[in-house]
Amino acid sequence: MNILVCISKVPDTTTKISFTDNNSKFNEAGVQFILNPYDEWYALVRAVEIRESLGGEVTVLNVGRADNEQIIRKALAIGADKAIRVDADPADAFYVARQIAEQARAGSYEMILLGKETIDYNGSILGGMVAELLDLPYISLASHLDVEGQTATLTRDIEGGKEVLQVTMPFVASAQKGMAEARIPNMRGIMMSKSKPLNVVPPVDIAPPTRIEAYQLPPEKGQVKLIAPDNMEELVRLLHEEAKAI
Amino acid sequence: MLSKNSLPLHPQSTLQAGHKAAKSDLFQGVDYYQIDELLSTEHKLVRDATRDFVKREVSPIIEDYAQRAAFPRQLIKGLGEIGAFGPQIPSEYGGGGLDQIAYGLIMQELERGDSGIRSTASVQGSLVMYPIYAFGSEAQKHRFLPKLATGEWMGCFGLTEPDHGSNPAGMTTHFTDAGDHVLLNGAKMWISNAPFADIAVVWAKNPEGKIQGVIVERGMEGFQTPETHGKWSLRASATGELVFDNVRVPKENILPGVTGLRGPLSCLSSARYGIAWGAIGAAMDCYDTALRYAQERQQFGRPIAGFQLQQKKLAEFVTEITKAQLLAWRLGVLKNEDRATPAQISMAKRNNVDMALHIARESRQILGGMGITGEYPIMRHMMNLESVITYEGTHDIHLLITGMDITGLNAFQ
Repeated sequence: MNILVCISKVPDTTTKISFTDNNSKFNEAGVQFILNPYDEWYALVRAVEIRESLGGEVTVLNVGRADNEQIIRKALAIGADKAIRVDADPADAFYVARQIAEQARAGSYEMILLGKETIDYNGSILGGMVAELLDLPYISLASHLDVEGQTATLTRDIEGGKEVLQVTMPFVASAQKGMAEARIPNMRGIMMSKSKPLNVVPPVDIAPPTRIEAYQLPPEKGQVKLIAPDNMEELVRLLHEEAKAI
Repeated sequence: MLSKNSLPLHPQSTLQAGHKAAKSDLFQGVDYYQIDELLSTEHKLVRDATRDFVKREVSPIIEDYAQRAAFPRQLIKGLGEIGAFGPQIPSEYGGGGLDQIAYGLIMQELERGDSGIRSTASVQGSLVMYPIYAFGSEAQKHRFLPKLATGEWMGCFGLTEPDHGSNPAGMTTHFTDAGDHVLLNGAKMWISNAPFADIAVVWAKNPEGKIQGVIVERGMEGFQTPETHGKWSLRASATGELVFDNVRVPKENILPGVTGLRGPLSCLSSARYGIAWGAIGAAMDCYDTALRYAQERQQFGRPIAGFQLQQKKLAEFVTEITKAQLLAWRLGVLKNEDRATPAQISMAKRNNVDMALHIARESRQILGGMGITGEYPIMRHMMNLESVITYEGTHDIHLLITGMDITGLNAFQ
């Protein structure tokens, strides 16, 4: 079973967010980056579990610059067999999807897994794009994945319940909570990750179709206004005129 | 937008039932001088993996075990799995094959959780696996090290005696030749891991009066390990005595590679080095807790972190932690190059533990009454550090080691 797992680098969840270049660029100074948890805890760990029971190979793929090595090494320490890094800035989702599709075509993968979203931009768009570019079935938000022969059974959480579906390989799926249990890499895995192959490849030369114009932080929390319990009219007026909630 | 709400802050909140989510463990490392830039990718992965382990396995349960003075034995398997036992021992013997800085960072993160847990790992790695690796026969290494690395077997280290603490050369534990085995007699005390250890590396005088290492195995007749009760410190660590009454130890269990005090002292150099890092972990946890508390706790209408006396404490904490980090890092570089002297290790152990104890006491004050409760880790760290400042060479003895090193004059006796 050859599985491709797409991994992203994201800011740690405790990051204080700020911007540079006239609010058009995320300020990376002093930011701790981590492997995107949905990619790591669910897609990657499930891929490693399947490899452990059925054999084969898990390849992790990242689009990013050389300083992404730490998150790639972590993925290898958790159990991926080899890594590919497309040496480019991940400009936007379509750009990244094109790079992934190019690498996926060059290998022969029975499954392409990724997290349901990255915790920075929360786009949830990449899996669908990759599937479309490769003309493969796409199962989003999978919380369970089992494999038998060339058929995979996946569970999706849907409104008010679950949906269980089967798909013939190859396919693309995005993973969410429930698919696997987070693994902590051990010291032996960390040592072994040093000798696992990391192939750096040039990107497909395409122009990203979108461009960030500006970021905006949410408005600062304002002062709390306390309204006396017997002054309901004022409360209604404020909710209507200022908060515009009613 | 970069969202803070899309995921819980810490991975442990997603763990399976049975692991209480450690919602209160919001710990973030301290890196005021960008010391991370001095670390390799491997170092950071090792540190972060150990930190994740502590948040997931240690933080949710440690206060309860400390309050009950019980050792959380279930942690041993996980400590073995992540590779916290003998990470610096070569991988051919089951160790991690990591360098000294990686070892130090593991000790730092474990002690961030609890000094008792770090002690268990220190003893296993530096005081049991290290002497077997450094002074053992090939047969001893292959027999003991792989099982010690996984935690399947646990070890302890017997040097201190009831009447010989700072003066180990005066030890009375000894063995006599009895053909294919020796007969071991004597007693050791203040032995971490003793109550549950499968083996003990015991330092005893041979028939010529020279100190040698002997591996004593649980079950050997005449060997007992009574537990020491009533401790106010390292309550989540098991401490005991080793009592030898004509214990028959096969001669193949004697460590052939060393005689004299150099054997145990080289083990202590390794463990003390780990403590120099470990103490930083305890200090960082106290600082992190106190800083967070001071920013949230309101008195006189504003956070107490805005008052000068609290700021003085917090600013001094981060300064002292930063100095200790640089000391430990430099010592690690020297140790990797096999150039760290025992006196340099003494300086780092003494300075960093004293620093941590001071920060624990002062940060307890920032928390006021809350600081004495088990809601926060500070008082537990403070009580633990009273042991750490005493074991593996007392605070005073390390000062005399530095004194002797710079003056050439021995003030011990």
